[in-house]
Amino acid sequence: MKICCLVKEVPDAAVQKRIDPATKRLDRSGEKNLNPFDTHGIEAAMQIREGDAVQVDEIIAVTMGPESAVRALHKAVALGADRSVHLTDAALEGCDVCATGYALAKVLEPEQPDLVLLGQQSDDGECYTIGAVVADHLKMPSLTQVIKIEVEDGKLVCERQAEYGYDTVEVDLPAVISVGDAINEPRYPSLKAIMGAKKKPLDTKATGEVGIEADQVGESGSKTQVLEINPPPTKEAGEVFEDEDTNETVSRIVAWMDERKLL
Amino acid sequence: MTAGPAIVRDSGERALLPPFTDEHEQLRETIARWVRTEIAPHVDEWEAARQFPRELYTRAAELGFLGLKYPVELGGQGGDYVHDAVWAEELAAAGASGGVGAGLGAHTGIATPPVFRFGTADQRERFLRPAIAGRKIAALGITEPGAGSDVASIRTEARRVEGGYVVNGAKTFITNGVRADFLVCAVKTTPDGGHQGISFLILEREMPGYEVARKLEKMGWHSSDTAELSFTDVEVPEENLLGDENRGFYLIMENFAWERLLMALGAVGAMRRLLEVAISYAGERQAFGRSIGSLQAIRHKIAEIGVQAEVGRALTYHALRRFVAGEETIADVTKAKLYTQRACVEVADEVVHILGGYGYMREYGVERALRDARLGPIGGGTDEVMKEILGKQLGL
Ligand SMILES: Cc1cc2nc3c(=O)[nH]c(=O)nc-3n(C[C@H](O)[C@H](O)[C@H](O)COP(=O)(O)OP(=O)(O)OC[C@H]3O[C@@H](n4cnc5c(N)ncnc54)[C@H](O)[C@@H]3O)c2cc1C
Ligand SMILES: Cc1cc2nc3c(=O)[nH]c(=O)nc-3n(C[C@H](O)[C@H](O)[C@H](O)COP(=O)(O)OP(=O)(O)OC[C@H]3O[C@@H](n4cnc5c(N)ncnc54)[C@H](O)[C@@H]3O)c2cc1C
Repeated sequence: MKICCLVKEVPDAAVQKRIDPATKRLDRSGEKNLNPFDTHGIEAAMQIREGDAVQVDEIIAVTMGPESAVRALHKAVALGADRSVHLTDAALEGCDVCATGYALAKVLEPEQPDLVLLGQQSDDGECYTIGAVVADHLKMPSLTQVIKIEVEDGKLVCERQAEYGYDTVEVDLPAVISVGDAINEPRYPSLKAIMGAKKKPLDTKATGEVGIEADQVGESGSKTQVLEINPPPTKEAGEVFEDEDTNETVSRIVAWMDERKLL
Repeated sequence: MTAGPAIVRDSGERALLPPFTDEHEQLRETIARWVRTEIAPHVDEWEAARQFPRELYTRAAELGFLGLKYPVELGGQGGDYVHDAVWAEELAAAGASGGVGAGLGAHTGIATPPVFRFGTADQRERFLRPAIAGRKIAALGITEPGAGSDVASIRTEARRVEGGYVVNGAKTFITNGVRADFLVCAVKTTPDGGHQGISFLILEREMPGYEVARKLEKMGWHSSDTAELSFTDVEVPEENLLGDENRGFYLIMENFAWERLLMALGAVGAMRRLLEVAISYAGERQAFGRSIGSLQAIRHKIAEIGVQAEVGRALTYHALRRFVAGEETIADVTKAKLYTQRACVEVADEVVHILGGYGYMREYGVERALRDARLGPIGGGTDEVMKEILGKQLGL
């Protein structure tokens, strides 16, 4: 079995997130890190490898991002991936979710993975959708918010977090699975693994090398357009009723709600 | 004019301070996460029990932390002293407590390095390999009831007999002493030889006559065990002589440099943590209708703490850079040790005060930080000993 793990470089959790009003994009300057959710994807791949249900031949970390994203790949390799692929090209700048998913699917295609694992959400964009877009392009079934994976006879039996309780779903391989952070506790990378990460193979690909159509990516190829960015409305200051006589307080609250047609 | 390489930025745009590289920062993250998840939540319990569980060594070994700077062939991680520096600083910064830091640190930082530096292949196999694997706990025994600062006056005697030595004497204040499987022990092989009469022997706990006389009660470092040991006619085979006979003083001097640097790094980590606690508490705590952090008296105090922490860090990293570059570092290391240990006590005391009554309570861990920090100006050579070294360096 060949597993590809999608990993993304995101601003470090400690960095205050802000949207640049000029570009209407997330300001991604400052300290960066591997998207925490993706570490759970890699750990899931490692646990499949270490289990005895199936033989895993290769775990490959794949990212799309600027030069600095190499660091996220090194971290992914330190956590257990065997090699990594870095899609990087100025033409990709400004990709929306659809364009990102399309581009990632294009890098994944030649790898012919049996399983694509990814985090359910990125710490910056938080769109929760890349998995579905990638699956659509690869024509593979997709599951999101998965918190348990078991391999059985070439199929996966997954539990996914539903609004109330869990769904147990069986999927055929190949498949695209996005995982939640409840799925596992990512391992601690050893110093040996951290130091060895830079020595593992890393392929850098430009859009042309994986057949990405120029008009499908970048700002112009993106189908969404951010028109305006507004902060959420600030909460109005509340009103405090001092409780001296409870009966009276209750009737005052009821009157207050009635006035606002809340009853 | 060319700009100096004051701040190096890695690909992730993280500001790196030499000698730390991106790899070191990744290790830092790993250690911090481990301390926060597997140590910090248990510290209160371990402090009360006056000992952390032995399994912590096994766990640390499993993650490679006990062998960061040792070669892969011995089961280590193949790193270097800078990786060990990250370990010392982050144990303190992420909240492992002085006691846990001391127990793990005495093993990795002061007791095993001499075995690596001066040990024979056989000694490395018998002691270092199992220590890296967490199967054997190590301690360093120099201090005696009658000799601390004045190391040359130790009286534990090793008498030459055929095939080895017979050891009589006592050691005290030995970190990990209660449960150490082996003790890297300073002994007198030439009774009136002064500095030139000291040798090192590796004593093993199952050797007849080797006894843990007492587990000592302390002001701080509660989760580490500290012992008084006694030796009565302990027969030690020749192959347990570490380094050359009568050349032990050089081992001590070399070990002290790293021990003092590690203590400085621990204080740097502890001050970073204390500063964070102070900032967050002062930002939230309300008094007279505003946060206490907006009161000038408190804000200024915290500003000064920030300066002390930064001075300590700059001095320590400077000494560390020179140490790893193999330069002569006695003065730099001594200054870093002297400054940071005292600064950490002062900072901890100020932070207890900023937290008011809550600072005096166990809950926030700052009263413990103060008790733990107080050992700094005493252990590993007292402030006065540091000043003597520096004074002599100045030609006085
Ligand atoms: C406020 C806001 C403004 C935005 N503005 C713009 C804009 O102006 N123009 C524009 O084009 N787009 C914009 N975006 C979209 C942004 O680029 C997306 O964040 C991006 O396309 C990827 O989606 P995601 O990271 O949110 O995916 P999610 O679906 O949240 O990510 C899930 C998983 O997908 C994987 N993944 C995501 N991205 C990558 C990657 N690059 N490489 C490898 N794996 C990856 C990771 O495993 C991740 O855990 C905006 C988003 C937001 C929230
Ligand atoms: C918790 C703890 C853990 C320890 N762990 C270990 C360990 O693992 N292994 C080990 O070998 N040791 C250990 N020690 C011992 C420690 O290194 C000694 O306590 C320290 O070196 C001081 O020695 P002393 O206690 O004998 O003090 P003394 O040497 O008796 O000093 C007493 C006072 O006199 C001052 N003084 C001494 N000489 C001079 C001078 N020339 N000029 C001016 N003032 C002077 C000192 O500064 C001090 O204030 C530990 C100690 C403690 C408290």
